[in-house]
Amino acid sequence: MLAAAPDKATIRLKAARLLAHFQSRGAQVVEADILQPAETLLDLYGEDIRARAYVTADPLRGEMMLRPDFTVPVVQMHMAHGAEPARYAYMGEVFRRQEHLGPRASEYMQVGYELFDRGDAAAADAEVFAAIAEVLAPLGLRAVIGDIGLLRAAVAGLSTTAPRRAALMRHIWRPGRFRALLERFSGQSPACEARAAMLRRFEAARPEALIAEAGPLIGKRSAEEITARVAALRADAQEPPIPADEVALLARLLDLKGPVAVVLPDLRDLAGQIPAIAPAVAGLEARLDALAALGHPAEALEFEASYGRTQMEYYDGFVFGFLAGQGDLPPVATGGRYDALTAVLGAGAAIPAVGGVIRPGVVARLKAEGGAA
Amino acid sequence: MTIRLGVPSKGRLMEKTFDWFTERGVTLRRTGSEREYAGAVEGIEGVALRLLSAGEIPRELGAGRIHLGVTGSDLVREGLADWDAQVEELAAMGFGHADLVIAVPACWVDVETLDDLDAVAAQFRAAHGHRLRIATKYHRLVREHLRAHGVADYQLVDSQGATEGTVANLTAEAIADITSTGATLAANHLKVLQGEPVHRSQATLFRARNAGWGASDQTAFAGLMARLGLAAGV
Repeated sequence: MLAAAPDKATIRLKAARLLAHFQSRGAQVVEADILQPAETLLDLYGEDIRARAYVTADPLRGEMMLRPDFTVPVVQMHMAHGAEPARYAYMGEVFRRQEHLGPRASEYMQVGYELFDRGDAAAADAEVFAAIAEVLAPLGLRAVIGDIGLLRAAVAGLSTTAPRRAALMRHIWRPGRFRALLERFSGQSPACEARAAMLRRFEAARPEALIAEAGPLIGKRSAEEITARVAALRADAQEPPIPADEVALLARLLDLKGPVAVVLPDLRDLAGQIPAIAPAVAGLEARLDALAALGHPAEALEFEASYGRTQMEYYDGFVFGFLAGQGDLPPVATGGRYDALTAVLGAGAAIPAVGGVIRPGVVARLKAEGGAA
Repeated sequence: MTIRLGVPSKGRLMEKTFDWFTERGVTLRRTGSEREYAGAVEGIEGVALRLLSAGEIPRELGAGRIHLGVTGSDLVREGLADWDAQVEELAAMGFGHADLVIAVPACWVDVETLDDLDAVAAQFRAAHGHRLRIATKYHRLVREHLRAHGVADYQLVDSQGATEGTVANLTAEAIADITSTGATLAANHLKVLQGEPVHRSQATLFRARNAGWGASDQTAFAGLMARLGLAAGV
């Protein structure tokens, strides 16, 4: 049974206890401004979160946004003046406009733990997972893990051109388009008639002539950019398809799902056939060892190769979630590794980073059934 | 009790709406002076007329302040979250046709479809350091369309008017707007992407699900539906 939506005071007390737990593990408690400069955040997030951000105009500070999460401000703070390695904990509200009717909150509390560490990545992943798992243990949640790095490695290993790999890499987070691109690049679906007609036009005339004929050059995109893409499209049309066996192996990888003990033999088998993913699989095994060493044996975990593909665009390695599996509840906790984000925000500097957040409001709803959490 | 029917208060949309009801035996007419937004319904009991701005009708339907309303299907889908949970489409009325389309500069000879737009968005962001901007006032519809098709690296910028001019003015790279003939797009050196438009809009009669539907309201509604030759059922 779910408890009724708890009041804010109850959620804040719950959050304070979760924060104290992270603090007791050696994390430094940090705060982040609720009003964040919008520009950096708007550029980092996909249009989905952008659309759900509360943006307001400040007469002195320009466009500001109610923070949609803590990760970005915590990374910025760390990159500006953090010592290494560093462990941070925080609690506070985040704000997401909801686009649909229903019970989803547009303002809710998060309690998080972020670890910046250049040392053993597997140990760091396991530490963050364990910090969250141990405090949620009484709730009996499903723990799901995945690895975006595994998918990235598989795409990087496809025997095709760099532009095709880049196009697939960019759409790992949009499974529908990823599949459509893969079908096109592998010749399973023919190019659409519009593309075929366009290629015929490119055969018949130089792009400069086609551009001149189409009308005046308007907008910021230059003629050079247009002709460069024309050349890229013509070159791509000459490329052989991605071999069907590689596509089949990739599909097998993306569909992998189940208890870790069941999935792992499959994954080792795939690593034998897709050499590019062998290092990532070895990394996953090292992470599983590190998790086991912290009291989270593989038997307690589920693996989903596609976990995190639809909502966690800045994660690029380990991803995890703790799910209640009842009602329409959002995940109780989520997290992952986001090394690339630190490079984007660090203006050249970068540091491996992994973190996760708990939603105390969801924890409080589960408490009635789960007993003492 | 009477049920309230909201219809556009001026212009061709109002005239066509009046004609549509007249053809079905229900006379809508303005009362008072030419400039007064008052109206009456004749030929059916228990229905009151509200003359409203077409743009406000979605909101009035969503709030349940009118029971029935005539407006463009684009405005309802754009203006109401989960529109079909809030209103029911009773009849597509066969006028006020317009398509919500995405258009790019005609000189983009390498762009014909959403696939191309997505690829160009990636190229553009890498070259210019910001996302490809699409000017529109239809944020919800365009975002949902682009999300459904897995387009990335774009951003919507708000444009409440003269949207076709934003590309030449360098405030957007592409636009999404309503068009019926495409003449304004062509005049501004823009071309429409091939494939299905974001939305095909037309004037539509809607029922507000959360207006107070008392027993007498339902009776009046059933009478109106029968007169209009539509299936009823609250």
